[in-house]
Amino acid sequence: MSERFPPLLFSILCFGIAVLYIPIVVLIGYSFNASELVNVWGGFSIAWYSELLHNRQILNAAALSLEVGVVASTGAVILGTLAAIALTRYRTFRGKLLLTGMVNAPLVMPEVVTGITQLLLFVSMLQFFGWPHRGFTTIVIAHVAFCTAYVTITVQSRLLSADRSLEEAAMDLGAGPVRAFCDTTLPIIAPALAAGWLLSFTLSLDDLVISSFVSGPGASTLPMVIYSKVKLGLSPDVNALASIIICVVGLCVLLAGYLMRRAERKRQFEIQMADR
Amino acid sequence: MNVAAEALAPRRRRSGREFMERYGHWLIILPPLLFLIVFFLVPFAFALKISFAETAIRVPPYTDVLSITPDKHIQLSLSLGNYKYLLTDEVYAVSYMYSLRTAFFSTLICLLIGYPMAYAMSRSSKATQNVLLLIIILPFWTSFLLRVYALEGIIRENGLLNTALLRFGLIDHPLKIMRTTFAVYLGIIYSYLPFMVLPLFATLEKLDHTLLEAAADLGNPPWRAFLDITLPLSMPGVIAGSMLVFIPAIGEFVIPSLLGGPDNLMIGRVLWDEFFNNRDWPVASAVAIAFLVLLVGPIALYQHYNVKDMEV
Repeated sequence: MSERFPPLLFSILCFGIAVLYIPIVVLIGYSFNASELVNVWGGFSIAWYSELLHNRQILNAAALSLEVGVVASTGAVILGTLAAIALTRYRTFRGKLLLTGMVNAPLVMPEVVTGITQLLLFVSMLQFFGWPHRGFTTIVIAHVAFCTAYVTITVQSRLLSADRSLEEAAMDLGAGPVRAFCDTTLPIIAPALAAGWLLSFTLSLDDLVISSFVSGPGASTLPMVIYSKVKLGLSPDVNALASIIICVVGLCVLLAGYLMRRAERKRQFEIQMADR
Repeated sequence: MNVAAEALAPRRRRSGREFMERYGHWLIILPPLLFLIVFFLVPFAFALKISFAETAIRVPPYTDVLSITPDKHIQLSLSLGNYKYLLTDEVYAVSYMYSLRTAFFSTLICLLIGYPMAYAMSRSSKATQNVLLLIIILPFWTSFLLRVYALEGIIRENGLLNTALLRFGLIDHPLKIMRTTFAVYLGIIYSYLPFMVLPLFATLEKLDHTLLEAAADLGNPPWRAFLDITLPLSMPGVIAGSMLVFIPAIGEFVIPSLLGGPDNLMIGRVLWDEFFNNRDWPVASAVAIAFLVLLVGPIALYQHYNVKDMEV
């Protein structure tokens, strides 16, 4: 296609992209501001970054968030992959409609609703079974529940495009179903698993609403600390913290995109070679 | 003895294999199914139950709906008070309508900005497209809360926008944007624009350009070709994008809470306040259930049938 399009279209595109990026760029810029006043440029400084390293509250919250993120996204990848296999491989089974519904529901469910219902479950469970105490465990469970949906959808689309005949060939050659799956289909869907894990990790790291509902006293995730700080007024160390998170997540996304593209190219190349 | 065991062994192995063939798939289906039933579906039953309870000063802060009386009778005490309260207190109806309106208009504005963006993207070269896609996707992955916070840095009273406008002498005193309805719209559009652009781009990219050339050859002006060909063919993208913006916008909490003023009562924020500030769990549950029935239910049904239509 031609690169020429009307100047109006072009300017709307630029405007949209500018709207998306200017606040982030400004935020990162201000994180290096020596002045404590947000509207005055007091020179370049990394003081706010070093201050972060001494802020126990933020460090604890960051540790909790990372821990929750790793555990929850790993759990979500396992459950989500199983759900995706179940939904694509088995034509009918009891509860298929239910599973389909529950996999898609978190995408339309407002977070406040999910959060409060899950909290009520946890509170009732604690009353009856004495488990789970509100905190790390409940946050992880709640995050796994909504991340599973995203993993399932990511893996599902990849599974649908995977060629089942490879797996059948492996089984004909005597491999058991698990071995056949691991040797043929798993490498094909691996990029989707990686993408699903990363997506879950960023969603978990970002979640404020559900975590606030299900967490208990003493367990504050990073978004909860940031929210309460922002609610109280601006503190320049949040700028530094936000810049770090944005850069780390941005790099992760770029890396994941690069890895997936490379895997895809390699696969295309191998298919071409095999066809020759 | 030994012979008998040997004779039995293959049989047992076969029956084990048979068992796996018949029931093995449940090993795959059950873990996610059970997990989601227990931790996603069952919670709604609890919310429904507690929405019929009354507030009480105890831990947890509500009365029992189901209880066993001393003479071993199960006692069910349902209170419709919370739902009556939702109907009588104006705040709930107002915030419900307000959420609908805000979500609707911000979706519309996202569409008006997002459509030309997606269109321009679909008309550029493959290499440019990849770069643009990355540019659009990147903010979609960055923290929602942090992006709202970053926007606050621009529009607050001593933020970049006001500082710049004052310096250039365009205004005499700072504009009040924060804590207004405008800020809420700005926040939603800023946060959800990528959700609109991506599905639109996906449909526009697949558009068959020979159709447009044919229309031009037949003497149609470009705007006519756009209205008759491009727009109808991109409708699936328009619907998908609008849903992706409308649905999360309606239950939005962070944006009205951080950018909006006291008037910007969206239903998500009302629920939050009811729960965290008033500590009224039963009313908060009733709000959640009402929200589910009045908003999420219709949307889910619509999507269900819409997807079916598209498959046909």
